[in-house]
Amino acid sequence: MEDLTIILRQHPFLRGLSDEHMQTLIGCATNVRFAENSRLINEGELANKFFLIRSGRVALETEVSGRGGIRIQTVGPGEVLGWSWLISPYRWHFSGVAVMDTRTIALDAECLRNKCETDAHFGYEMLKRLASVMERRLEATRLQLLDMYGITSSGVMP
Amino acid sequence: MKDELANRSLPMSDAMMTYPVTIRKVIWENDDTFTLTLDMNGTLGEFSFLPGQFNMLYVYGIGEAAISISSDPSRTGTLDHTIHRVGTVTTALSQKKRGDVIGVRGPYGSSWPLDVAQKRDVCVITGGIGLAPLRPVIYSLLKKRDEYGRIIILYGGRSPLDLLYRVELERWEDAKNVEVLVTVDRGDSSWKGHIGVVTSLLSYIKLDSRNTIAYVCGPEIMMKYTIDELERRGLPLDRVYLSMERNMKCAVGFCGHCQYGPTFICKDGPVFPLPRIRPLLDRKEL
Repeated sequence: MEDLTIILRQHPFLRGLSDEHMQTLIGCATNVRFAENSRLINEGELANKFFLIRSGRVALETEVSGRGGIRIQTVGPGEVLGWSWLISPYRWHFSGVAVMDTRTIALDAECLRNKCETDAHFGYEMLKRLASVMERRLEATRLQLLDMYGITSSGVMP
Repeated sequence: MKDELANRSLPMSDAMMTYPVTIRKVIWENDDTFTLTLDMNGTLGEFSFLPGQFNMLYVYGIGEAAISISSDPSRTGTLDHTIHRVGTVTTALSQKKRGDVIGVRGPYGSSWPLDVAQKRDVCVITGGIGLAPLRPVIYSLLKKRDEYGRIIILYGGRSPLDLLYRVELERWEDAKNVEVLVTVDRGDSSWKGHIGVVTSLLSYIKLDSRNTIAYVCGPEIMMKYTIDELERRGLPLDRVYLSMERNMKCAVGFCGHCQYGPTFICKDGPVFPLPRIRPLLDRKEL
């Protein structure tokens, strides 16, 4: 358990979390490894986990009829995978595939939700951290939508 | 910090003179981007340039386009220009073959300041065809590898097939103390690399904000978000350099086509220290 605390403290998502909140969180956490090409989450299934990525890389993909799995984003060390666990109806909107051997801390969603409900300070702390992740992802998605390499690079300087 | 960047230009009397050169090789980097290798032996004599400078390439009877030089500055005899096919002149250039002759005048403009990067870490952040004007920088850094700290190359492209210089990217990664991170906006299941915007790659590197110089080149919107991200990570913005893109005609500051506020991109740039142009970056219709 002590080792897990150290690992959790090293993850940027939990940087600065109080000892009390860390103790609240740790009961929901397990250390999980995924081999290359294994699936962490599946589109449409119950979002019963929340992952902190320690090493490796996970691709978020969605099935498009006639085109197969389209990869739309990767998450890597220091990042988190998934927020559907916090938002009803708790279903994954994308699938997550390990594109290389990946080490994670998996947090049990139901355990975490219960603790967020019963400890409002802890819940708010989690929400603030997730909101920051969501804000960055939204910004990145908007940039991707701009297709900036396609429309603005004239090739005439540079 | 030097405000005036090195600028190796032709004497004004020669500045508008176009010289014929022969195309030695055409390499297609992706569906709409190609690299012309020009044979510089002959008419232009000993041609030299600094990383970041550009030439005006002339297709006889059609017109000129400003194109960054993308080859190794220490290489003699040939010059590379990597060109995105988008307009009349670049389309005409794309139809040229080995042995064809085009006109060249240059080099023009300011260069990436390598002297300020000595003993420091260097972070090259680029997207799309923006890698082309930074390729001479990477060659120069690697040539004098021991004079610099870590070299970090962050490169974003539209898709895996759109990436430029794929073989070289792998070769650079094998060099001593060089980190190369590549990301694309979209990929299929065969792509094992990063997917996301180039700024997201900054979260995977340890940036020593006290000792890093950043060179940034790409679409303006990419550079804007990159600057925000570098600022968020504590990098002093006077250590950030950008290469700007505007339509150029004369390349010597006469015609005003590339005027950007009080500066001319062709003559004062294209490489600028960020503080010099930051106030202009957010202005509309400039």
